[in-house]
Amino acid sequence: MDYSIKIGGEAGQGIQTIGDTLARVFSRSGYHVFTHQDYESRIRGGHNFFQIRFSDKPVSASRDRIDIIVALDKESILQHEKELSDIGQIIYDSSGLKQKHEKPQFLDIPFVDLAIEHGGSKIMANTVATGAVLGMLGMELDILLAIIKNTFKRKGEDIIKANTAAAMAGHDHAVKQCMKCSFSAAPPSKPKMLIPGIEAIGLGAIASGCKFYAAYPMTPSTGIMNYIAGKEKEYGIIVEQAEDEIAAINMALGASFAGVRAMTGSSGGGFALMVEGISLAGMTEIPVVIALGQRPGPATGFPTRTEQADLNFALYTSHGEFPRIIFAPGTPEQAFYLTNKAFELSEKYQIPSIIIFDTYLSDSEWTYEGFDLSRIKYNDYRLRGEAFANLPEYKRFAFTQTGVSPLGVPGETRHLVVIDSDEHDEDGHIVEDAETRIKMVNKRLFKKLPLIKKEIEPPSIYGHSNPEIVIAGWGSTYGVMKEAADELSANLDIAVLHFSEIYPFPPVNKFNYIKTLEDAKMTICVENNATGQFARLMRAETGYAFNRSINRFDGRPFTVESLIGEINVLIR
Amino acid sequence: MSSLDDYKGQTPSWCPGCGNFSILKTFKDAMVELGIEPHRFTVVSGIGQAGKFPHYIKCNTFNGLHGRTLPVATAIRLADHDMLTIAVAGDGDCYGEGGNHLMHAMRRNINVKLFVHDNQIYGLTKGQASPTSMEGMVTKNQPFGVFSEQLNPMALAVALDCSFAARGFAGDGEHLKGLIKEAINHKGFALLDILQPCVTFNKINTYEWYRQRVYRIEPEYNPEDRIEAFKKALEWGDKIPIGIIYRNNRLTFEERMPVIKDAPLVKQPFELSKLETTLKEFY
Repeated sequence: MDYSIKIGGEAGQGIQTIGDTLARVFSRSGYHVFTHQDYESRIRGGHNFFQIRFSDKPVSASRDRIDIIVALDKESILQHEKELSDIGQIIYDSSGLKQKHEKPQFLDIPFVDLAIEHGGSKIMANTVATGAVLGMLGMELDILLAIIKNTFKRKGEDIIKANTAAAMAGHDHAVKQCMKCSFSAAPPSKPKMLIPGIEAIGLGAIASGCKFYAAYPMTPSTGIMNYIAGKEKEYGIIVEQAEDEIAAINMALGASFAGVRAMTGSSGGGFALMVEGISLAGMTEIPVVIALGQRPGPATGFPTRTEQADLNFALYTSHGEFPRIIFAPGTPEQAFYLTNKAFELSEKYQIPSIIIFDTYLSDSEWTYEGFDLSRIKYNDYRLRGEAFANLPEYKRFAFTQTGVSPLGVPGETRHLVVIDSDEHDEDGHIVEDAETRIKMVNKRLFKKLPLIKKEIEPPSIYGHSNPEIVIAGWGSTYGVMKEAADELSANLDIAVLHFSEIYPFPPVNKFNYIKTLEDAKMTICVENNATGQFARLMRAETGYAFNRSINRFDGRPFTVESLIGEINVLIR
Repeated sequence: MSSLDDYKGQTPSWCPGCGNFSILKTFKDAMVELGIEPHRFTVVSGIGQAGKFPHYIKCNTFNGLHGRTLPVATAIRLADHDMLTIAVAGDGDCYGEGGNHLMHAMRRNINVKLFVHDNQIYGLTKGQASPTSMEGMVTKNQPFGVFSEQLNPMALAVALDCSFAARGFAGDGEHLKGLIKEAINHKGFALLDILQPCVTFNKINTYEWYRQRVYRIEPEYNPEDRIEAFKKALEWGDKIPIGIIYRNNRLTFEERMPVIKDAPLVKQPFELSKLETTLKEFY
């Protein structure tokens, strides 16, 4: 079983609701699920879609062949009919679309009429459609009905009843009318966890003891703020919507100075406004985590689309020289654990950490058996209470063997915490002399850097153990590269080299990935940008140059089919 | 009890005769009288001559970026509302570079005390016009004189329902000390604009100029009448009022935030085990 469903329509028609609900039904059925979305920067109208793939085997990307298209607008048929698989079906409501299709792969289901008849309101049309899809797949309704019950429990019994009736009507209709439906869903098994990348970052922050999140809304980072804000009370977290991104980063630094773990997030344009604040974190050695959600630029670019073109920006952002960490998760699971690692290392070394992701990862949902909380690290590196009070004297920037000075929490003891954006002495007061300057640069930068570097994990390798062809990438391309390699492995000795811990650049002592690359006949760097920013970083850090590159910069993510096509061109 | 010596910081690098010396001394006197020990408060400052202020006293210090005192101070309060948090800025820092933050700090009514050393000129960058420079003032960068309308921080504060707005004068230390204490004791965001002569670069708004114009607001004045406050805020020129222009009793941001009702954020423990329940929501 490996089916794909596409729900297409205008913004505001509820394709997200149908998609989310179906994905949840599949994950609760124990299937492996992958979803992604394609939408325009508008609240109403246009053409958007939500795509779900589910299987009894692990899936990590969308495929081009669609088995069921739920067409809520004419555009869905025009644009996507050609994507139908051999057994594919399009369901639509001819009265709503004001067009009738007689071809066998079309199934006309009166979403609106059934909704009015059984649910009492046309609002339930999407529930009818959701029920219909499950009917076509030969699946039972119990999980959907449980979701309906939970979703509408606050709206009362009547609404639950109406939606239940609507779902059943859609289901019945599909079961009876879909003569061509030859789908057979696998038997359900243990429910899986379904999580999008953006919530995995938010969840990772909460799991790391983040107590303060300040941000200004900007796609594709807003979901972090939304998610954490929903947990404010439960976890004792303050989420503040700042007046701008300059305020957001400075707030995060203020909160961190005062003794709580703090984070901010934005997209390229907002991150640009944070640049001076990140430099301040570098100078004052205040731990802070920053999520950078990439979307195509320059400037406003494609606000709701995807790209990996801000790596250089993250690497070289901010004036002056100071250490930083950059992580680029490839999956929601990595996003969860790497967000935790970012908090951990930021506080341990008192430096800024950047989690760089993109719209594609942000919106994509993956399924897992679960996240393992025993892998979460939480060490409080701050100096508090009695331990702090008992110190005979305190200097915020005391010179130490490691370059890491004690991070005292102000207010609790008689010790004063003094920090300055000017060059400063051990006490934190302004200095002008060259000797202190040199010592401080040594402390902040040269002493810490090798220690940070030791914490960095090497890239992961997937596929053939002695590959002739290596496709390499970073961040959100992991799933697509993996599936492409799976497919190509029938005829090729191929492996995927994926980097999620990008900076400091991973050393080769734990895994000599340079040797793997040098031993291969062809190495291809796959990037969702125009200029191959990662390939350049690789060459700068290691001297290794990839033989080939595949770059996509049309604002769309790679698909498995398109990537395979491009790899085939290169190896021919 | 603390004494003046407890607040003695580094030696100031301000020009001799600078109005900041009087503010510094007055501030320390006020802290002694209020009995607030150095570790009980944090001064957040930016860049400019005022930005150096916290180095010249003893206290927790966050000397950050130009214009960004208020976001930092806001977050310090949210993380630890037991910490008295004072933002010290100049007119360029606060009314120019950081203008947006000022507007929103007033709206939030975060319980931060903002002391603006307002000398109507840029000191550290050597004599350019500031947002509070008077129209027509000729400087190296404004050879035709300042065209822009002079910013009126008091009127801005009243317009935004700022919970405490006052003006002091560095040349009237005793009065200024009272205002500093009132601002600190006020519950809510407090803007204290302090007229402070720049002896090096501002040859118009001198001690003499201010002394001829400032007057202490009459005791019968009611700062809680917003309309009267707006009228008072508009007074500038031959007569410049000093004292509390406007005050109200709005709830503070901290009071409204349920998360910190029982304890400051920094004192709240984190329990990872809670995550087990949250993870279930993804199934």
